[in-house]
Amino acid sequence: MSGVTLAAPKAKHAVAVRRDIILPALIFAIFALLPAIAALTAKQYLIDVGARMMVFAVAAVALDLLVGYAGLISFGHAAFIGLGAYAVGILSAHGIGEALVALPAAILVSMLFAWLTGIVCLRTRGAYFIMITLAFGQMIYFIATSLAPYGGDNGLTIAARSTIAGWPLIKSDRAFYYFTLLCLLATYVFCRALVGSRFGRVLRGGKENSVRMATIGFNVRRFQLVAYIIAGGLGGFSGFLLANLTEFVAPAYMSWQQSGELIVMVILGGVGTLDGGLLGSAAYLIAEEWLSGITENWKVIFGPVLVLVVLFARGGLIGLGSWLRRRVAHA
Amino acid sequence: MLERTSSDPVLRLEGLRKNFGSLTVTDDVTLDIMPGEMHAIIGPNGAGKTTLINQISGIIPPDGGRIVFGGNDVTALPPDARALSGLARSFQITSILPGFSVLENVALAVQARDGSSFRFFGRAADETVLNAEAMTALEQAGIAERAHARAGELSHGEKRALELAIALAMKPILLLLDEPMAGIGREETERQVELLLRLKGQVTMVLVEHDMAAVFALADRISVLIRGRLLMTGNPADVRADPQVVAAYLGEQLE
Amino acid sequence: MSTTLFLVQILNGLQLGVLLFLIAAGLTLVFGVMDFINLAHGVQYMLGAYLAVAFYGLVGNFFFALVLALAASLLFGLLLEFLVFRHLYDRDHLDQVIATFGIILFLNHAVRVVWGAAPLTLPVPEFFTGSIVLMSGLLYPVWRLVIIASGLAIAAGLYVLVTYTRIGMLVRAGATNARMVSALGVNIERLFMIVFGFGTMLAGFAGIMIAPIISVEPGMGDNILILAFVVIVIGGIGSIRGAFIAALLIGLVDTLGRSFSVDILRLLMGPSPARMTGPAIASMLIYVLMAVVLYVRPAGLFPTRGR
Repeated sequence: MSGVTLAAPKAKHAVAVRRDIILPALIFAIFALLPAIAALTAKQYLIDVGARMMVFAVAAVALDLLVGYAGLISFGHAAFIGLGAYAVGILSAHGIGEALVALPAAILVSMLFAWLTGIVCLRTRGAYFIMITLAFGQMIYFIATSLAPYGGDNGLTIAARSTIAGWPLIKSDRAFYYFTLLCLLATYVFCRALVGSRFGRVLRGGKENSVRMATIGFNVRRFQLVAYIIAGGLGGFSGFLLANLTEFVAPAYMSWQQSGELIVMVILGGVGTLDGGLLGSAAYLIAEEWLSGITENWKVIFGPVLVLVVLFARGGLIGLGSWLRRRVAHA
Repeated sequence: MLERTSSDPVLRLEGLRKNFGSLTVTDDVTLDIMPGEMHAIIGPNGAGKTTLINQISGIIPPDGGRIVFGGNDVTALPPDARALSGLARSFQITSILPGFSVLENVALAVQARDGSSFRFFGRAADETVLNAEAMTALEQAGIAERAHARAGELSHGEKRALELAIALAMKPILLLLDEPMAGIGREETERQVELLLRLKGQVTMVLVEHDMAAVFALADRISVLIRGRLLMTGNPADVRADPQVVAAYLGEQLE
Repeated sequence: MSTTLFLVQILNGLQLGVLLFLIAAGLTLVFGVMDFINLAHGVQYMLGAYLAVAFYGLVGNFFFALVLALAASLLFGLLLEFLVFRHLYDRDHLDQVIATFGIILFLNHAVRVVWGAAPLTLPVPEFFTGSIVLMSGLLYPVWRLVIIASGLAIAAGLYVLVTYTRIGMLVRAGATNARMVSALGVNIERLFMIVFGFGTMLAGFAGIMIAPIISVEPGMGDNILILAFVVIVIGGIGSIRGAFIAALLIGLVDTLGRSFSVDILRLLMGPSPARMTGPAIASMLIYVLMAVVLYVRPAGLFPTRGR
């Protein structure tokens, strides 16, 4: 009897997997074709906007891992982006422009900061956690502004994009665009695997009922710390990409407003879906581009939109999509 | 009466104390739970039964006294460490993972004792060994046919059975049952009692319950808790007859 | 390092502390009683300052402007509560964070639209201009002393209110267990509104009082909001006493740290490295303090929630 009942989910699972892949495959396909579209429509700036979307998507997907799957509302995620970016910037200021040095440095510094602050943050619960991550993010921001030799408040220009094994492989905007696409794909695949793994299952269980998980035998805090470190490292990865995209680093990269924008991206796309991180960063940057063309004070419009999203469209774009699909199915 | 495999208690509580502000909830409780026995703890509402269970399972730290499990002092150990050394519990207010399937709820309990969970690749939901063991526990608890339903959609009685399945999947040395019959109907209560009777002797159990019929059908020994204090411990017949117990508690129950 | 400079910085630290307390008090109450994270508290402080400038422009007298601005602040806060916050009390913290973040975005840019992005100023009220001599060689601005005095007076008033009045008792009970208070028959919605309105007025008052000595500009509430969070996290969410002690502590540590970090470091290392690392360490100081306190007491110094 067990054999029959165990097989049933496998078939259902296969169908679910195929449906699960459609959306991300579509998103990545659009990203892959964007340079071609940009060339055809002679809108070269699309490559820059697209690359920006992907850079922030790396951070947003990592943040969704924390917020949507581990239940940790980190309001200091931009700190990791900033740390990664400054790793590139500071190394460049000292003449080291090699990605094989800068990328591991960016990721390791972020993971170290995540570990040290995570130990403190994870001793607290709920709202305390949000405020402490906010405070630690602010701390890093102020340290960056006081780094006079590295530009302080004004930031630091980077001489050139990182070389890879000495070769200027990502110097051209197009090459960098595809490089970023690969990085985002790798990040997404990694996070997808993580979420369905044993580790991911413990995280998800901890989010739903941490007391239950403890009485089963899981030290949920330890798993959350590892998740926090992983997300931090991916944030540093995003920072490495951001520094290379703009060839500039500034404290603004790690302001708490930036942390807030990252959470907004996750919510806009749909919390707890990973695909939401992809959609949300794209949606936010599109909104920014479009609305700032209308008025310089576009946030006067965007602020209330956010409130409305929270009140009425909690599931973000993905939630909206499911709702539409259900309505069409019943029509 | 059951054969004792050893004379050392599975669980020993020594002078356990717990206060919430000026309210004493656990008042110098000393108790031995012997291997293989089904030990019931009864008492009126507010007697501190759930708080006692919470201290034994490690969710609440006591203010004084010791908890010795399997010969080891676990008073300072967190709940996950106690769970891994063989202590399982069910909750009075159902505590499951509503968003997961019934099978995954139990598979997680199996996963906790099956090597490292710091594996970042490979779909955990597909692990056949974990799932097979989980199915066995579900069959024992009688809800195997609901294995693929979402746990949040189960009926109340089915959720109680799931709680039990999760506890059984941990292959516990000691099973703490906090009011397993609470809020379920006559028929399901009978099924639970049957199941627990089958488990008697295989695993040591501490049963907190209000349903006196179930208690007297199952228990080898009964301890009576009144306002945080242990009034007496004895076999069912003695407890039933004790005038103090009848006055304080059973008198109302048996009306 | 002269004694006079040291004393001046202590007074400055007290002034910052008092300001932080005014903002943190409202924040911690709202949090403690309603379990509501209000990121928009900082913009209420900013709004107080802007309203003070606006009303001063209309009536030409600081104290009338203060009363009007306070009233307008309260009205605006209640409007926000009615339109937005009320619907978020039952939601999880993530929703509250995003919604109040949206309000920050809205207000920071709305003031830009209404008043422009250039910083505004407000003159110190006539009677309190200039500095007075506190002791030989120690000159200190009168208005700053007024801020300190009014802040301490409000702190004392709050203490009396919370400890000795019925409303205060309800607030303290609500901070410990809101559901229980509601179950006891207290009109919890009205209590929430009172707590919220009060908190808004405190923040607005802080903004009004600080307006004469700083530049009133968009975003002025952002950094102080985070400091206020550090205060309530260290003090213990829901505790007025904790907020007071933590606010003074943070005010002093931050001010003294920034003023003397380079000098102190110079005792340990050469003047040049001291000058380079001093400012960085000064800005880290309160966060390190927060980390240390939380490591030892994860619920802050005076936690209100039991168990």
